[in-house]
Amino acid sequence: MSNYSNTQEKLSRDDMAQTVAADIPSGAFVNLGIGQPTNVSNFLTSEQGVTLHTENGMLGMGPVATGDDIDEDLINAGKIPVTELPGASFFHHADSFAMMRGGHLDVCVLGAFQVSEAGDLANWHTGAEGAIPAVGGAMDLAIGAKQTWVMMSLFTKTGESKLVEALSYPVTGLGCVSRIYTEVAIFELRGGKVFVRSSHGISFEELQSKLPVELTKA
Amino acid sequence: MAPRIANSAADAVAEIKDGSTVLIGGFGNAGQPMELIDALMECGAKDLTVVNNNAGQADAGLALLIKERRVKKIICSFPRQSDSWHFDEAYRAGEIELELVPQGNLAERIRAAGAGIGGFFTPTGYGTLLAEGKETRVIDGKGYVLETPINADFALIKALKADTMGNLVYRKTARNFGPIMATAAKQAIVQVDEVVQAGDLDPENVITPGIYVDTVVALGGNK
Repeated sequence: MSNYSNTQEKLSRDDMAQTVAADIPSGAFVNLGIGQPTNVSNFLTSEQGVTLHTENGMLGMGPVATGDDIDEDLINAGKIPVTELPGASFFHHADSFAMMRGGHLDVCVLGAFQVSEAGDLANWHTGAEGAIPAVGGAMDLAIGAKQTWVMMSLFTKTGESKLVEALSYPVTGLGCVSRIYTEVAIFELRGGKVFVRSSHGISFEELQSKLPVELTKA
Repeated sequence: MAPRIANSAADAVAEIKDGSTVLIGGFGNAGQPMELIDALMECGAKDLTVVNNNAGQADAGLALLIKERRVKKIICSFPRQSDSWHFDEAYRAGEIELELVPQGNLAERIRAAGAGIGGFFTPTGYGTLLAEGKETRVIDGKGYVLETPINADFALIKALKADTMGNLVYRKTARNFGPIMATAAKQAIVQVDEVVQAGDLDPENVITPGIYVDTVVALGGNK
């Protein structure tokens, strides 16, 4: 009774975004982090009825604004001009983060430097000597939504796994990540165990040989 | 009491003294009270503690205050940006103190100050570098960090309109920190496009009630 599946090709960035979009429950309130997660919005369908939240104070965010629609008072958390959809609302920063921290958002999708098998997330600071730290809303987003999903490449440029037993980068949030989308596999984290929902361009056995955590087929 | 209607941005910020703690609204350029910040620059106040989400962008506003070393400490969530060169230089030179606060905790600390709350336990930041040295507590199996209010001497805010009672309405995502900052400062100084007569704003639509507003200056606007 396994749900595990395998495909021959790696997932492209668009494939990953499309897969995340398809997994978002219809009617959900969702926050998409800056970077790769933003691309998910391009694959959400109107039938899904998903409402996007931006932490600088808006629900019902529409696509990026162009031309005459650009309004300096209407921006997203990445400070990019956006549009508003019918039914949008505005609110101040404390309400916006209360909405998040209070568990009212269904899904938050974030990028990551590392995720541990316990679901600990590192995505705000490399801890490098001389680096100027900046956290923004990362820690609030990590622990606030009902579900936190990560999109990342599974390996660093030097080939090390970003799915780890224990974080070596500074923590953003503990035990918060429940799902990880990568170009070669999709993982579900439950009860301290790592389940592989699918692998792409790599067999389960080869994937296991490259990762420092024990894998189970979902 | 109805707020003072200042006749210029310089007049509006004239009481800001050396060593003041100043909340500055805005997220990026949206809601940033640029003219009030420029006036603060002109008035010469120094040794300021500034609270803003960022630490200045490019060569304008808060970035210039930092460049001129008028800010001794900044409390913010996201100082480092592609165009935060004046902050980066001051920070690397050890000439500005940084208190880094997760954005939601920053907002709630400001809200708490305005609401008379002495502190609160938040899950954000628990188990991270930003909770080091802070009191923590496990409540119903979940970890929390004690955070304290950020009280200030002044708030500089941008809104769309004020009426003569100081009631404010904002515009779109330029609202951001404005409403909470207005509550947390001894004196809230607000720049608006336009001041209208009491009764001209629908009370149902007022976002910041005038009780929080001390000084208003109308600067016109494009919108």
